[in-house]
Amino acid sequence: MTTTLSNPAFEITFAQDQATIILTGEWTLDHGRRLEIIMGELLVGLGEVRKASLDLKRLDRLDTLGALVIDQISHRLGSDGVKVEMPDASDRHLALIGAVRHRNEPMVSPRRSRLVELLADVGQTVVHAGQDLVRGISFIGEVVVAIGRVMLRPASFRWASLVTQLELIAFRGAPIIILITFLVGCIVAQQGIFQLRRFGATAFVVDLVGIITLRELALLLCAIMVAGRSGSAFTAEIGSMKMREEIDALRVMGLNPVDVLVVPRILALIIAMPILSFLASLAGLFGAGLVSWIYGGIAPETFLSRLQSVINHRHFSVGLIKAPFMAVVIGAIACIEGLNVKGSAESLGQQVTASVVKSIFMVIVLDGLFAMFFASIRF
Amino acid sequence: MDASPQADQDLIIKVRNLVVAFGDKTILDRLSLDVRRGEILGFVGGSGTGKSVLTRAILGLVEKQGGTISVFDTDLDSVSEAGKRALEKRWGVMFQHGALFSSLTVAQNIQVPMREYLDLSPTMMNDLAALKIEMVGLRPDAGDKFPSQLSGGMIKRAALARALALDPEVVFLDEPTSGLDPIGAADFDDLIRTLQQTLGLTVFMVTHDLDSLASSCDRIAALADKKVVAVGELKDMLSSTHPWVKSYFRGKRALARMKG
Ligand SMILES: Nc1ncnc2c1ncn2[C@@H]1O[C@H](COP(=O)(O)OP(=O)(O)OP(=O)(O)O)[C@@H](O)[C@H]1O
Ligand SMILES: [Mg+2]
Repeated sequence: MTTTLSNPAFEITFAQDQATIILTGEWTLDHGRRLEIIMGELLVGLGEVRKASLDLKRLDRLDTLGALVIDQISHRLGSDGVKVEMPDASDRHLALIGAVRHRNEPMVSPRRSRLVELLADVGQTVVHAGQDLVRGISFIGEVVVAIGRVMLRPASFRWASLVTQLELIAFRGAPIIILITFLVGCIVAQQGIFQLRRFGATAFVVDLVGIITLRELALLLCAIMVAGRSGSAFTAEIGSMKMREEIDALRVMGLNPVDVLVVPRILALIIAMPILSFLASLAGLFGAGLVSWIYGGIAPETFLSRLQSVINHRHFSVGLIKAPFMAVVIGAIACIEGLNVKGSAESLGQQVTASVVKSIFMVIVLDGLFAMFFASIRF
Repeated sequence: MDASPQADQDLIIKVRNLVVAFGDKTILDRLSLDVRRGEILGFVGGSGTGKSVLTRAILGLVEKQGGTISVFDTDLDSVSEAGKRALEKRWGVMFQHGALFSSLTVAQNIQVPMREYLDLSPTMMNDLAALKIEMVGLRPDAGDKFPSQLSGGMIKRAALARALALDPEVVFLDEPTSGLDPIGAADFDDLIRTLQQTLGLTVFMVTHDLDSLASSCDRIAALADKKVVAVGELKDMLSSTHPWVKSYFRGKRALARMKG
């Protein structure tokens, strides 16, 4: 279409207390802002009249916006007691204006004061946090019951799903987790040697790295990586199933979503976490050993024999004991957040973020609690 | 079909020898089709024969292996970015499953294209959105609802409202009346008729609804064997000899409808 746009306009001619308004040009969406201005001008220009007749014959084009504006003009005039008519308007124009008419007033949502809203927000957040905790605990209970059911009837368990999840969590996650703990092991050893050298106590780097890696570092790094890799995946998978009513479909078929979706994932995590954490410890110690040798001049044999005398089974088991608990926390949070997804894509994104943030936070809190516990029982 | 007296500019959509395949599975094979200005074209075909694929190919959402598609006399292969944008402003699309943006309310969904293309004050934009909502037969309070809070029929209507947001010249409707009750479906047909008459709209409508085909379509095109096997008015369909067209329009269900 190469027709040039002709701007919308109007002309008013007065005769006593009557006005004839001739509308010209294109009353269309392309002239949106202009039409609004015209509407204001027209209403002002009309002043005090008793009767107005709108002449649409010279309109080049009319679409829904134009019709809406014309309707609003006649509605405003009408409510001011002006009689409005449109003589000789074409059927097409009348039909369009007719289609636009009889709209209900747009709904206005009530406004509240900023302060009230802020206070309400704060209150809501606190309540939500409380509900989260309660929901989390009852969810873990539900999972335990479901695991109990599985133990009673192992035949009904979804082994294939467990194996798939194990592959995704442990097998595919291992390389990156090993790499990261290796690097962190190197860094901690380098820093340790650098600082201890001033006291001539370089050899103590083995104690430092050995204990910190086995008790804390390997597991924490591992848990954070798993929360980021697998927790987010759980939330996204379960959440998008929720969005597309797949979870409801499971329910109506008599399948419990917790049995089908949650238990295999959490069990897989419980199995995978200690394995990953063990591998991470090895990688961390290996990195530390390498740096101690190259940078600290501690020969590998010295490193190993010192490690053997410093580390006993307790340091080793602390990491392993904590791992399944971390797994349950990560898995439960990820699945709850997934099941909390509402219908929208935006809520899926929010829930995935919440899942990762909450599980990393909870993992660290839990680690702190364990540290206090083990210290008090002198383990 | 090619040498018809129809002036070329009266053809809003012109598809010639279109080939679309996914992998080695050919869905459309040298398909040709015309849509004339101002008509409602009903497009029928069995499930999974490629009606949605054709629609998506015309919209440029599916890659084609051969043939040409032109819309508003513009060849879609040779059009510039700016030209494409200008085109997109002139068509409205209602997808088979609505495709409403799930994180926006219905009113916001309708305002998405308005915000993109129009210069309007927020009040006017709200008024216009409210108007479209009412035009498609939704209650005014539907504007504040999110798609997940709507029924299937309401989703269809909201999707139509969004397709009509810019008063397009052509609308593509993929099964607009499926999932609606017969009264709702008839209302929908009336609505599309009214819009076509008042706005001079051209409608490309994929449908299985015999009532819609009979009551609101000016012409019908039937897709079978990867091609358009019959085009014309309802009476041409009834006299077609193609086995699928025959069984579709003269099957038990169809006959029951036509008699009624
Ligand atoms: N993205 C895709 N990749 C591979 N195959 C596809 C794709 N989209 C569609 N198909 C195939 O193309 C064929 C036609 O699909 P299409 O969605 O066009 O069917 P339809 O005619 O619209 O059916 P319905 O009436 O059920 O909506 C189907 O066999 C489908 O499997
Ligand atoms: Mg389809």
